[in-house]
Amino acid sequence: VNLILLFEQALNGLQFGVMLFLMAAGLTLVFGIMNLVNLAHGSLYMVGAYLTVAAVQWTGSYPLGVLLGLLGTLVVGMLVEVIALRTLYERDHLDQVLATFGLILFFNELIAIIWGRAALYTSLPSYLQGFIEIIPGSIYPVYRALVIGVGLVVGALLWYVVTRTRLGMLIRAGASNRTMVAALGINIRLLYTVVFGFGAALAGLAGLMAGPIYAVQPGMGELILIQVFVVIVIGGIGSIRGALVGALIVGMVDTLGRAFLKPLLGHFISPPAAEAAGPALASMLIYLLMAVVLAVRPAGLFPAKS
Amino acid sequence: MRARTLILGACVLLLLAAPPLATWIGQPYYIELLRRVMIFAIAAVSLNLILGYGGLVSFGHAAYLGVGGYSVGILAFYGIHNGWLQWAVAILGSALVAFLIGAISVRTRGIYFIMITLAFTQMLYYLGISVEEYGGDDGMRLKVKSQFSGLVDLADPLAFYYLVLVLLLACMYLVHRVVHSRFGMVIRAAKSNEARSRAIGFSPYPYQLAAFVIAGAMCGLAGALLANHTAYIAPAFMDWTRSGEIMFMVILGGMATAAGPALGAFALLVVEDLLAGWTQHWQVIVGPLLILSVLFFKRGLAGLLPGGKDG
Repeated sequence: VNLILLFEQALNGLQFGVMLFLMAAGLTLVFGIMNLVNLAHGSLYMVGAYLTVAAVQWTGSYPLGVLLGLLGTLVVGMLVEVIALRTLYERDHLDQVLATFGLILFFNELIAIIWGRAALYTSLPSYLQGFIEIIPGSIYPVYRALVIGVGLVVGALLWYVVTRTRLGMLIRAGASNRTMVAALGINIRLLYTVVFGFGAALAGLAGLMAGPIYAVQPGMGELILIQVFVVIVIGGIGSIRGALVGALIVGMVDTLGRAFLKPLLGHFISPPAAEAAGPALASMLIYLLMAVVLAVRPAGLFPAKS
Repeated sequence: MRARTLILGACVLLLLAAPPLATWIGQPYYIELLRRVMIFAIAAVSLNLILGYGGLVSFGHAAYLGVGGYSVGILAFYGIHNGWLQWAVAILGSALVAFLIGAISVRTRGIYFIMITLAFTQMLYYLGISVEEYGGDDGMRLKVKSQFSGLVDLADPLAFYYLVLVLLLACMYLVHRVVHSRFGMVIRAAKSNEARSRAIGFSPYPYQLAAFVIAGAMCGLAGALLANHTAYIAPAFMDWTRSGEIMFMVILGGMATAAGPALGAFALLVVEDLLAGWTQHWQVIVGPLLILSVLFFKRGLAGLLPGGKDG
């Protein structure tokens, strides 16, 4: 086995994993606190990517564009919460799924009206286009390394906010007993809007970081959303720690599977058969993993205490 | 109840009379549209069994459209055009897939169930994309429709239309009988109060799994019909938005009603067709309509009909 290739693919897996984590953290927070199933979380990922592309073009500055894109997604998220989702908290999951499914159709089409259906490609500033040598003999794109770094820093920040600050205390209290929190004089509606905006910004961050790596196009959010569901099912819903572990597992398994399953199968079955079965199996791998985890631990690896 | 039966009878008569009418006004396109509506109505009727009566919010029902469609397509690919065999494989294959997915997912509840059924359907979707032999992403054409040894000729639009109508009515009748059997009582009891149904001695799991398999098999039949209808099979059959649409048909028409899913299929597909004729961006209108109907139109179309809740 080529160790350097393995190392690079492991880094790619880590990079995919931290992006999945940013998505999963927001989704699981919103579910844990408001008991809301938000399918449109993927749409916020897409909105983040598009707003950033537009803002970078408009300002001509990458950092400024990123900042505007993040803020824009935060605002869009809060607006969606206030206009459409607020009335859904008391409804059952079926209604939430359908209404947010409607939101997805709306957002995908709105984006297609504004920016067209063709994929946009974003250009990075020159200082993010290079490579760095992480271990001798292996170079890795600076941008992907940055994504990993940002993901880990945001993850740590999230942990700090949720466990060490007053806002985090309110969030945890709201998750375990919202009536009691409201009775203690906390403006729970505002708290919900803030948390939702927070989750939207995380999704937007994942989306804007995904932009230069994958294609920016309508419907990009749903591809990752369903993988994020797998992350949450594996990790255990409502748990940030579960989201982190699930995201890293899914990111690694998916990336390494796509890279190495075909050559690996080639050792056991005939090369043409491996050629056919490899990609098919690789694309199913995370779902099979989910099935195995569910068979062993139906509530996921780290079920939230409720 | 009388008025309701009359209205539903009138709907069936209208469907019977639609092809000659459409030919008479020179719009044979409507025959095709209605055939498509009825095929999706079968899918929605099957979903209603588990979603409406059983409370299992499956977001992966399009999987069986795909399994049914690919069963027909793959057999035809190898030169087997016998319709009895193709459709039997479509139905049994869908039942088997439903059994595998259900065995894992029916154990779980609520949001888990939604996400797992969605994820497994996505897995099948990716499987369809990655198998190059059967067209991959582009799918494959069905050059010869299912052959029923001269009994029914699917190449004849009218014969196909009436076959679909008969099958739709048969499926609605079947679901009606299932729901009102002792088996169906357990399904409905588990939906309204699982703890209580356990307490009187029924573990819901085998019953719910059986209902899940029946619904999958029935939707597999719809998939076989859809493959013949479009003469084309692609992974898009299993697209997750398809699952969402089928689900919306059930809700729009009215959950846990006999006629609701068919009404919902009719309403959604006709509205989509009208909007699509008007603007290519019709989804920007359908999306908010969907949200509004969820928020304010809880009882569904069947709730507008006179008579009891269960028709």
